[in-house]
Amino acid sequence: MTFAVVVFPGSNCDEDAHHAVTDVLGERAEYVWHKETDLKGADAVILPGGFAHGDYLRTGAMARFSPIMRAVRAFADAGGPVIGICNGFQILLEAGLLPGAMLRNRGLKYRCEHVYVRVEQTDTPFTCSARPGQVLRIPIGHGDGNYFAPPAVLQKIEANRQVILRYTDPDGRVPGAPGVDDKWNPNGSVNAIAGICSERRNVFGMMPHPERACEALLGGTDGRVILESLVAAFAGAR
Amino acid sequence: MRARVFVTLKPSVFDPQGTTIADALHSLGYGAIRDVRQGKYFELDLSTTEAAEARALAAEVADKLLANPVIESYRIEVD
Repeated sequence: MTFAVVVFPGSNCDEDAHHAVTDVLGERAEYVWHKETDLKGADAVILPGGFAHGDYLRTGAMARFSPIMRAVRAFADAGGPVIGICNGFQILLEAGLLPGAMLRNRGLKYRCEHVYVRVEQTDTPFTCSARPGQVLRIPIGHGDGNYFAPPAVLQKIEANRQVILRYTDPDGRVPGAPGVDDKWNPNGSVNAIAGICSERRNVFGMMPHPERACEALLGGTDGRVILESLVAAFAGAR
Repeated sequence: MRARVFVTLKPSVFDPQGTTIADALHSLGYGAIRDVRQGKYFELDLSTTEAAEARALAAEVADKLLANPVIESYRIEVD
């Protein structure tokens, strides 16, 4: 299986994503510069974390106009799996490939720490190898991760089961529920949303960094299941 | 013509920066300031001499890039 790792000026998790796919999972990965116009025949696309185009104006706002995004959109329209991690999630939102928008973190601070997220749905190419309700410990690193959607949109994505990851406490309990401290929602995201997918379920954005949680040496392996799901889904589809 | 575009978060969207600024002003003793909404300001230098055209062009780029319609609204002045 071949992954395309899109590189924007200012991407800084592209090498981590490439490393996780190739050295950890043993699959293939190709870097694709943002000015390129095709995805080199990749089977899945990763929009990595970082600060694409300096995050000028708004996070992800400029990246959506990069030439490669036309190919990413066509790939997604054809049903291909696209995962946006952190800044990649922000780009997917700005590009309109996912609903909603990111606001500045509730506490205004850039948060860089491990968080807990619960897998809400497993019928996606990004979570098919996870158990329903599985709690993953994965790091975040962002200043604008406060997910927002207008009430009507929020209602729709919840009804469609497009919320794939939610911030929880270590026991998988959602902050805001009785007896669960709000501190487990690191950025103030509405409904504690950490990751959503598109209506067709083939485009996925998440704020935590699964590629940074693939090796015990680096503090945990809980992120592997996201990337392994992509590989399993690809193998299953063939 | 010149167009000025003021972009702010919609009233329904929580503005953590504005709230923090308001808190800071209150701690400085400015109790008369009830709330602060924080935003962005753009000055567009346009080749057109028609006010209506300038306004339409500013609105078009505000919709397309300067503001994110999911969370932000904008106001335009031309002169």
